[in-house]
This record gives sequence, structure tokens and C-alpha cells, in this order.
Amino acid sequence: MATSASRMLLLADIDEPGLCTLDVYERRGGYQALRKALQTSPEEVLEQLKASGIRGRGGAGFAMGTKVSFLPKGGMDKYLVCNADESEPGTFKDRELMQKNPHSLIEGIAIASYAAGTGRAFIYIRGEYVLQADILDGALREARAAGYVGENVLDSGHSVSLIVHRGAGAYICGEETGLLDSLEGKRGNPRLKPPFPAIQGLYQGPTLINNVETLTTVPSIMAMGGEEYAKLGVETSTGTKVVSVSGHVQRPGNYEIELGTPSREIIYDLAGGPPDGRQVKCWFPGGSSSPVLKAEDLDVPYDFNSMAQAGSMLGSGAIIVADDSTPILDVAMKVAKFYRHESCGKCTPCREGTNWTVKMLERIDEGEATPMDLDIMASVQEHIIGNCLCVLGDAMAMPIGSMIAKFREEFEAHIDAARMRRGLNGYAASEEALAAQGVFDA
Amino acid sequence: MTAVRRFEHGSRVPGWDAAVDLEKDPAEIPDAATVEVPQELRAEIESHLANYPDRHSAALPALMAAQRVHGWCSPEAIEEVACVMRVTPAYLDSVATFYDMLETEPVGRHSVYVCTNISCSLCGADELLEAMQRAAEEAPDGEREFNVRAFECLGACDIAPMASVDGVYVGPLTTADVPQLLDDARAGRPVLPEKQLARRLVADPRANSREFPPHPAEHDRGAV
Repeated sequence: MATSASRMLLLADIDEPGLCTLDVYERRGGYQALRKALQTSPEEVLEQLKASGIRGRGGAGFAMGTKVSFLPKGGMDKYLVCNADESEPGTFKDRELMQKNPHSLIEGIAIASYAAGTGRAFIYIRGEYVLQADILDGALREARAAGYVGENVLDSGHSVSLIVHRGAGAYICGEETGLLDSLEGKRGNPRLKPPFPAIQGLYQGPTLINNVETLTTVPSIMAMGGEEYAKLGVETSTGTKVVSVSGHVQRPGNYEIELGTPSREIIYDLAGGPPDGRQVKCWFPGGSSSPVLKAEDLDVPYDFNSMAQAGSMLGSGAIIVADDSTPILDVAMKVAKFYRHESCGKCTPCREGTNWTVKMLERIDEGEATPMDLDIMASVQEHIIGNCLCVLGDAMAMPIGSMIAKFREEFEAHIDAARMRRGLNGYAASEEALAAQGVFDA
Repeated sequence: MTAVRRFEHGSRVPGWDAAVDLEKDPAEIPDAATVEVPQELRAEIESHLANYPDRHSAALPALMAAQRVHGWCSPEAIEEVACVMRVTPAYLDSVATFYDMLETEPVGRHSVYVCTNISCSLCGADELLEAMQRAAEEAPDGEREFNVRAFECLGACDIAPMASVDGVYVGPLTTADVPQLLDDARAGRPVLPEKQLARRLVADPRANSREFPPHPAEHDRGAV
């Protein structure tokens, strides 16, 4: 039954009172995985991570073990950065993990830094998460005092310093190179890749960047062994995933599932489905950056490859459900306006493309558009994808493009209705005449 | 269409048409002997500087600290930070203008960020924002007391629609909660304690109507 499986590794004891303190965390077996890891060599820890097959939980889904092995060997200054910027709309899993189980993240960072040979680590947390950053700071003081981070961790000879760095509100700082620039004290503009951060990242040194959820999983992987962990989930997407479900569902919240669980089970059995009497109209499977899916896609298994085959992506694991009472234009407008606001302005296709998409959507709403505008809008999206330094522009182009493709009739009906309202299309329609056509409620 | 705010001279940039003194050199790193920096602010910025291999990294925490003292990133605040960090004011200006949480104009004392991103707006955040703005405008001295603004996804879609009041997350909110919320913020009381995110259990539909676990920060304080 999916409901009982909804709390496995990460959310198992998440509501245990006081789990955010070292006392309770240690009593529940905390920091044993770190001790175990330090008794073996960094190479063996890396082997465990590779064997686990865990893929990054931040959005791109890159295999973590492989990423660690990209870091050059040698004595240069290497860095580990935990991406806790969590700004993808619809995502709130890292917030829950950091707020309730901060020590697990700190332990994961200590283990990962041992495997990667990084001497300095940073947690870049978004500035809005005041409570979570305070809790992390508190947990970090405890962990330092107990010798789990700092000089010579548990007399193993491995040292790692850890600092919680608070951002100040910018979506783009969740992009790895934008995050690095922001951490260096600059405007958070993304950088040209390659060189990738693993070769040249923070302060020009090799840098390992991982999401909060990925690093929080590391202690579980060490405790149960990489191969055992790989038995969870499906072959190409191993392990469990915390899914944030929100929007038009009865029980919004974080649910931990085994990757490969049918999406319908997550949306209906766990989150309760849309309110009574309503139907799912469209849903974002991986935050607002992922192409939308329709109700007929509800049976797609929730894992990286199945989502890609269905024409979308798992992204950050945030399901946003919109029911049939929502005009698609409203959804498109919210998405487009968000990316227009958050575009850093460095690359022209993204800066101009997001702006003109919003303007075209506003034209539709005001009755100035014709169906031809939809084609222009779709071509604008195509010209953004792949033409910028980072994927912020793509993150708007993919969902908007998919909405135009999948809900074209509704967009056209909206264009017609809005034109009639303005008395274009040759005649001025009365509200009653419009209602009779069933185009929209008068 | 949302109207773009423009100044009388037609530009969106304040001071766009003001004469510029081309002879003047750009502001240099302020002289430590002439700039007075409050002792606590200096200590805080210096503690941040010690955390990083490169002092520039302390820009964000330092500006946030100065904003807490001055209420916004005023020219004085920027100058004080520049003086302690040993960087030019222009460098800090470039940083401050990028980030949403750094205010480059004077704002009300209590920040009320209403999330209006997709999950919250599906649950009625736009009406909430409107009600909040109206209530803040009508409140006595509202402009000085409140900084109500729409904010991009705050990462709390499970309590949608929600708001962050001086950094404290509350939700799910209805328009009926608005007067109490603003009163609490103004008086410096805990804002709507029964609706604070800190007390919510994971994915629990009854989280906001049952007995609350203690605030996690209380554990934190007890332990350290």
C-alpha cells in the first residue's frame, strides 16, 4: 500500500519531537554512518555512492557518484556546496528536511566531503528560509562542538569546515553557477559552461554541488550500503524521493515515495486528489519548469526516465495540480510572469523572450490577439530553448510551449471570446450571447 | 495591463534626467577614519568576513545586517558596509539591486511577503494580496508600518495561500485573517501562532486544527 510506503528513509521519523537536536538525532542512530564511512577509505565511500545509483534530487537528475568522481585528485583547495536555494515553484521538500532533520544533512555533507576530498563546505540557503537557517546554524554549533565537522573529524585526519550562507531572494541563485557567483558575493549571474563547476567552480577551485535531499540521503546510503539502496525504486531511478504535492489537492504536503510509483497513486491516494466533483485538468510533474501533462498521463510511473518519455521531466519532484475550474491562460500567465521577473537579463533570448511571452499572453486576455499570435508565441519558445547560458529561459519555454500544444483549442476559444467582448470579429456580442456559446461564463 | 511606474520625465529610472558630473571620479572605498559604523554592525560584518576565503563573499550577509539596522540599503548603510568590507559603494550597489530581499528604497517597518506564485494563486493568493494591501493602506500610519508586496514562490505551497511576515511563515490564510495578522505584526507579537508553518506536521491535513508540537526553535535554544 502506497500510504504506508510514503515514509521510508527521509521522512521516517521526521515528526519526532526534537529530531533537530543532536541528542535525539544521536539516540536514533545519527552520525553512525559517518563513523562507518571514516573507517573506510574515501574511494570505498565513493564506490558505495556509485553503487547506490542515486541521481541528483535538485532537478537535473545527474548521478551523484559520477559527479563526485569528476573532481580532480590532488591537494588543491576543493569545495562542497549544498544547494539549499530551493526556489523552483511548487517545491518545499528541502525546507521540511532542513527544518526537521538538519543533522542528517550535516552528516551527509561530512561524508560527501570525505569522499570528494573537499576541505571547505557551504550550505547556500535561500534568504526567505529564516527559521530553517536558524535551525541549521544551531545544529551546526552542536555538530562542531561534538567534533562531527571541523578540524580532524572524529580523529580520522579528515577536516571540513562548514558555513551556512544565506541568500537574499533570487530564483536564479538555485542554478549552480549563478549560486557560485552569488556565494562569491556578486550578482547571481550564471556562467558559461564548460568549464563545469567540478573542474572550476567556487573561487576557481573544483567544486561539488549537490541538492539538500541528495546529501540528506547519503547517511542512509552509507548505513544500508549502496547496493541495498539501489534495490529501492526502479533500475534507472533508484531509491526514494520526497515529492511535494500542491495546488488543487485535498492534502497538499511532502510524501516520500519509491521512484517508479504511478503518479496517480501520489496525486489521488496520498494527496487526496482534487476537491470533490472536480477533475485534474493539467499537472506539472517537476515544478513549474516542467512541461505540463494532462489527466490521461496520470498512470505514468513517477521516475526520471518514464517522465522524460512522457515528454516532461521529474525535475525537483514537485507536483502542482490544476483542476478543471482553472483557465489555462491563468496558469500560463503566472508561469510566464514568474520567469520574466526572475530572468537575470544576461542572455537576450531569455530576457526578451520571457518579456514578450507575457505581453502576448496579455494581448490574448485583452482581446487584441488572433490565433496567429499562438504560433508566434510557440516559435518564441522554440528560439529560447538551448540558446542561453543557463536553463531559466528553457524553464519558461518548455511549460508554455507544452500548454500551447496541448490546450490550443482553449487558447483559441479564449482569444475568440475576448475579441467578441471587445466588439471585434464584426459584431459586439452581448454577455448572454457569449454565455449561449458556452465560451465562458458571462 | 499592469502599468509600469514611471517618473515625470517618462523614465523608469529615478534621476534619469538629472545632470551628471562627468568630471567627478567614482566613489572610492570609504575612509575608515571618517565613516562612523555602529559597533554592533561592525562586529557582525567582521564575523561574516572571517567565514570566507574571499572577503567579497560576505557582501550578502553584510548588506542584510546593515538593512536590519537602517531599514533599507540606504546610501549610509552601503557606505558603512563598504567601509568595513573595504570595497567600493558601487560594488555593493550592484549586489543590492539584484536581490529581492534587499530594499533599495525606504520601505515600511514590517515586511509582509505574500506568495503569489502558481500553487498559492490556484488557492486564492491574488485575493489575499489585494485584501492585505488594502488593509495596510487603510491602517493608521500603514505606509510606515507595513511593506506588503507580492513575492515569488516562498517554498511553502503546502500551506497555500501563505505569507511571510518578518520572516515567519503563516498559512493557509484567508482574507479574514488579514486584520489579525497586521495587528500582530505591528504589535511585535507572534503572528497568528496557530497558523505558523513551524508547527505543521508533514503532510498532515489536520495539522492546523490539532494540538501543536513545540516550536522547533525552542528545542534549538534549549540545546545550545
